[in-house]
Amino acid sequence: MITASATKVITGNHAVSYGVLLSRVQVISAYPITPQTQVVELLSEFVASGKMAARFITVESEHSAMAACIGAASVGARTFTATSSQGLALMHEMLHWASGARLPIVMANINRALAPPWSIWTDQTDSLAQRDTGWMQIYVETSQEALDSIILGFKVSERVLLPTMVVLDAFLLSHTAEPVEIYDQGRVDEFLPPFSAPYRLKPGVPQALGGLADPGVYFEFRVKLQEAMEKAREAILEEGKRFAKLFGRFYGLVQEEFMEDAEMVIVTAGAMAGTARAAVRELRNEGRKVGLVRIRVFRPFPFVELRQILGGRKKVAVLDRNLSLGHHGIFYEEVKSALYPMAARPLVVGYVLGLGGRDVRPEDIQAIVDDLEMREEAPEIVWWGVKR
Amino acid sequence: MRTGTLLWAGLEVPQEEYLHPGHLACQGCGAALAMRLVLKAVGGDVMVVLPACCWTIIDGPFPYHALRVPLLHTAFETAAAAAAGVKAGLEVLGDTRTQVIAWAGDGGTFDIGLQALSGAAERNEDILYICYDNEAYMNTGIQRSSATPLGAWTTTTPEAHPEDRPKKDLMAIMAAHRIPYAATATVAFPDDLIRKARKAKGIRGTRLLHILAPCPPGWRMESERMIKVSRLAVATGAFPLFEVEEGTRYTLTYRPAGLPLKEYLKLQGRFAHLTEDQIAVLEKQVEARWKELLELHARTHGTVEDIPVVPFGG
Ligand SMILES: Cc1ncc(C[n+]2csc(CCOP(=O)(O)OP(=O)(O)O)c2C)c(N)n1
Ligand SMILES: [Mg+2]
Repeated sequence: MITASATKVITGNHAVSYGVLLSRVQVISAYPITPQTQVVELLSEFVASGKMAARFITVESEHSAMAACIGAASVGARTFTATSSQGLALMHEMLHWASGARLPIVMANINRALAPPWSIWTDQTDSLAQRDTGWMQIYVETSQEALDSIILGFKVSERVLLPTMVVLDAFLLSHTAEPVEIYDQGRVDEFLPPFSAPYRLKPGVPQALGGLADPGVYFEFRVKLQEAMEKAREAILEEGKRFAKLFGRFYGLVQEEFMEDAEMVIVTAGAMAGTARAAVRELRNEGRKVGLVRIRVFRPFPFVELRQILGGRKKVAVLDRNLSLGHHGIFYEEVKSALYPMAARPLVVGYVLGLGGRDVRPEDIQAIVDDLEMREEAPEIVWWGVKR
Repeated sequence: MRTGTLLWAGLEVPQEEYLHPGHLACQGCGAALAMRLVLKAVGGDVMVVLPACCWTIIDGPFPYHALRVPLLHTAFETAAAAAAGVKAGLEVLGDTRTQVIAWAGDGGTFDIGLQALSGAAERNEDILYICYDNEAYMNTGIQRSSATPLGAWTTTTPEAHPEDRPKKDLMAIMAAHRIPYAATATVAFPDDLIRKARKAKGIRGTRLLHILAPCPPGWRMESERMIKVSRLAVATGAFPLFEVEEGTRYTLTYRPAGLPLKEYLKLQGRFAHLTEDQIAVLEKQVEARWKELLELHARTHGTVEDIPVVPFGG
């Protein structure tokens, strides 16, 4: 047991494992896939060495990993899995099942591009393609945030009874070592007490979970799921504040920087926010009125925050390391839909860049700001960094 | 609830009932009787994990629930994985007593759920896996599965091209996993079914019962013939009853009564189109299977003389 808080230089993947250890997860069920493997390797060591009092089920697929988590969570155990890309896609059916059954499962997904052609590099399309499955989705920027978001994920999930997906970029986060504060167990226990499931299958109690719902009842179950998502906004903020009090770090739905007098705004998510920050800082030094917004929580979507933050600005560039084929970059779609009800909307331009792990440098983002400044209207998609 | 045992046609069967009346099974449903018998045998300290199958419907729509035990519905291919999760969850919460039963149809076992079952069996998860086999996808309206026997009609193997592959040998697959216990049973032999379910209950690790559960609408037969057909399946040798321990020790429960296979086939409309020649092919297949099983029994017991003839009242 970790009795004293300590800072270690660890990868994003290992930060996730430490978050799981500190959350006292009871059942882990996972299947290996690059670039997620180190998450489960370290967890296996924690379980094997007795550091964690958990069962690790080495299932034969991601589909079964989620099924086993669903089984264990249905009787009230705290459960975790981790995956990436193809594995997440294989889980799809069970993602719906986990949220529909109102199970507070937490999963780490390491963003990786989908095949074919094979790729192991970062791309957000895998997780964003699961946006309608009823999972909360948290896009983290640092390894520390990855660890913290696992703990916060359980806290919020168990409060609103919805599962949480904590999303990290392949390699940029998963395999990059940074200093991470690993908290003492006592403080984490104070924040995250053992899970006491309000609804669960109990031995001897003849109840059925998940049976046939005819058109007379199904609809209301869906409405309740949406209401839970609505409650999650508040829960994320409240628990975020509580977490900040204990651990000194606050995480909300969105993170805004350099926004005070910003006329042009970069909106992005995940590790790319770090690159964008470097670029925006540089532009600020040149006296340009550029701000940065990082969307941290994608589900529930931060409509209100984005309206407040982006209302009254001149131009917004949304950077998407993902693509909804036949539509746009997915954050772009969603930011536009959030701003649509406003009478005075900024010009919003969607840039698709960095697919399949192509490097995005601060210079790219500075150039995007120059590009944005020139534009009077938004084309469907601005491709950035494509070889022609 | 009543306890003790009751004589059913001269056989001792526990009186406890875990299946309420009012369930939604068809008349003469072998799957409903199979559940009733297994729960009588295993008792109420169980949790049932149920993938998509006829039983999803039989248990009743929300908020109804026909079983007196807790039940978790799960996706079609996940019975074994979800059951392993339930068991792990119970164990970490300090409950080592509750039996976790995965209850799946032949489609959910032989086909779409085979990967998860293989994974659970290979890890020797402590679950009692029960496949009630009605030899087709009945929930969706009688489509073939890999458990559909050679020659049978289904809606996806119409008369013009009936099932052209033999039934997949699930028991051999499970034996190859070296699980501690696997056995076949059928509803017309409730004492045998109950004995095997109890034996399975007393063993730790992955245990599997493969229960032949005739389906009157799917097999195109009168519902009142269900028990007779179940009995004939054994008496003609079409569905051998046996146990496999640790994947290697085979024990045949009964030897066939020497009745021609035709007696079994002729009660079922799904075989009505078969010609004499085709029936002869099926007979050969049944014979070959018996030869194999007798050898396995002899290898375990040194003799086949100890196998009783099936008690068959006709
Ligand atoms: C992934 C998936 N594919 C298909 C279905 C549709 N489906 C539901 S039950 C069923 C057949 C079940 O067959 P079996 O396991 O033999 O059980 P039975 O209905 O015969 O009792 C099918 C195909 C489903 N629910 N999920
Ligand atoms: Mg079937």
